[in-house]
Amino acid sequence: MAKQQVPVQEGLFTWPSDNPQLIARREKKTGRVYFPAIHNYVADEDSEEVLLGTRGKLYTWTIQGFLPKNPPYKGPETVETFKPYGVGYIELPGEVIVESRLTTADPKELKIGMEMEMTIIPFREDEKGNEVVTFAFAPVKG
Amino acid sequence: MTDVCIIGIGIHKFGRTDGMSGRQQGAYAVREALKDCGLEWPDIQFAFGGSAAGGNADSLVNELGLTGIQFVNVSNGCATGGSALLSAYSAIKAGQYDVGVAVGFDKHPRGAFNADPKSSGLETWYGETGLMLTTQFFGMKIQKYLHDHDLSPEVLGLVAQKAFRNGKLNPNAWRREEVDLGTIMNSEMLSDPLTKYMFCSPAEGGVALILASEKVARRYTNRPVFLRAVSMKTRHYGSFEVFSPYLALQRAPAPTVFASKAAYEMAGLGPEDMHVIQIQDTESGAEIMHMAENGFCKDGEQEKLLREGATEITGRMPMNTDGGCIANGEPIGASGLRQVYEVVLQLRGEAGARQVQNNPKSGYTHVYGAPGLSACTILQN
Repeated sequence: MAKQQVPVQEGLFTWPSDNPQLIARREKKTGRVYFPAIHNYVADEDSEEVLLGTRGKLYTWTIQGFLPKNPPYKGPETVETFKPYGVGYIELPGEVIVESRLTTADPKELKIGMEMEMTIIPFREDEKGNEVVTFAFAPVKG
Repeated sequence: MTDVCIIGIGIHKFGRTDGMSGRQQGAYAVREALKDCGLEWPDIQFAFGGSAAGGNADSLVNELGLTGIQFVNVSNGCATGGSALLSAYSAIKAGQYDVGVAVGFDKHPRGAFNADPKSSGLETWYGETGLMLTTQFFGMKIQKYLHDHDLSPEVLGLVAQKAFRNGKLNPNAWRREEVDLGTIMNSEMLSDPLTKYMFCSPAEGGVALILASEKVARRYTNRPVFLRAVSMKTRHYGSFEVFSPYLALQRAPAPTVFASKAAYEMAGLGPEDMHVIQIQDTESGAEIMHMAENGFCKDGEQEKLLREGATEITGRMPMNTDGGCIANGEPIGASGLRQVYEVVLQLRGEAGARQVQNNPKSGYTHVYGAPGLSACTILQN
């Protein structure tokens, strides 16, 4: 039986879904978009839920070069198995800039302003043997 | 209203001091500050103090004496020291007291800070998936800045190189050896474009400052240093700050811009009047951005200034003359007060091997920290 995939956090992105999208809230009065929706940046009655676009431009980036401390980090790696991972902010036009893991950790593949696309990646296995998934952005090829 | 002066300064060496708690280092700094101006602990009427990991500051009275004074604990992240100083300043300015202490100390475990999502008002997924690291934020912010203002990554190496060069001249600094540019640039890449040697490390240390109204100050010292301005500001919507799952589409000016402007207005002085400058350099990128945010140059001019030596001790805008956070490490509670300690020393002409020449008259300090706040001071002798 295939492992069940569960989101790292309910309400962060639409899941399960063939076209997962990040879930945000738009403030009615100002039009400001806040991500994630689960965070009470803005009161429910003053805002509406919006599903964010899945393509945007790389606003900035870095490569996480060392294993983060646990807690709060819950990745499966050890100091021996750790491989650097990319992190960036992606500007979703007309909406908001979101922070995300990137699918590449190669600085040569990353350029501010380049097109990026959202995807879902496996992150770790939980205590029940489920595959915990999270969102990430990948460079758009071609 | 009275002017407010700094009459006594004390420091416990930064770095690692095994066998001594953060609190003991804070108490040591207070005793040194008292000695510096010939006061005794019972002369002190009030205190504001802070520590992020070293325990409650008000427990210092166990070490210093149970004299019944007002002692308020302050907690404002990296600006804890700045906020303690601001509070002490206001108490004297308001005429409530004549003489008091601002004190900060800390003792952090080794390695990067491990942040708790909940204490920053965030959900656990953010820390769990490896997004909650201050080092990442620093890397991403300066990555964007270098790109937008066409600066080379080497400028980051130049900042670190200067920090170590100045640290070598400071007996209270942690890092006291020069590091060459190649070593800095080629050291482990922690968070692109920032390498290991470009970051400050969590550390230990304590600093205490004794403040007094001008009238009382004259009783104890003939060389008071005047606090001409103290300001503290928090972020606006649109500011690019640490631990932000989202950013607004449009950038607002950083909190430093507002704190800095308020300080200049309060003192009636401008950046061009500052003879010695301490700005927050949690990593090289911070010093670069803060040079502009505090008005010492325009965006993009930093590389030229660094290459021509303008920010060296011998330059026209001596910056982080004690080695800054990069050479001293960052005991959060003490860090902002260390900057003021250094400027007072420089204005008194007592900075020894790292003394800025030609009798500096005016000095500037700036801290910046999570979750987006900044505190500045302007001092004059």
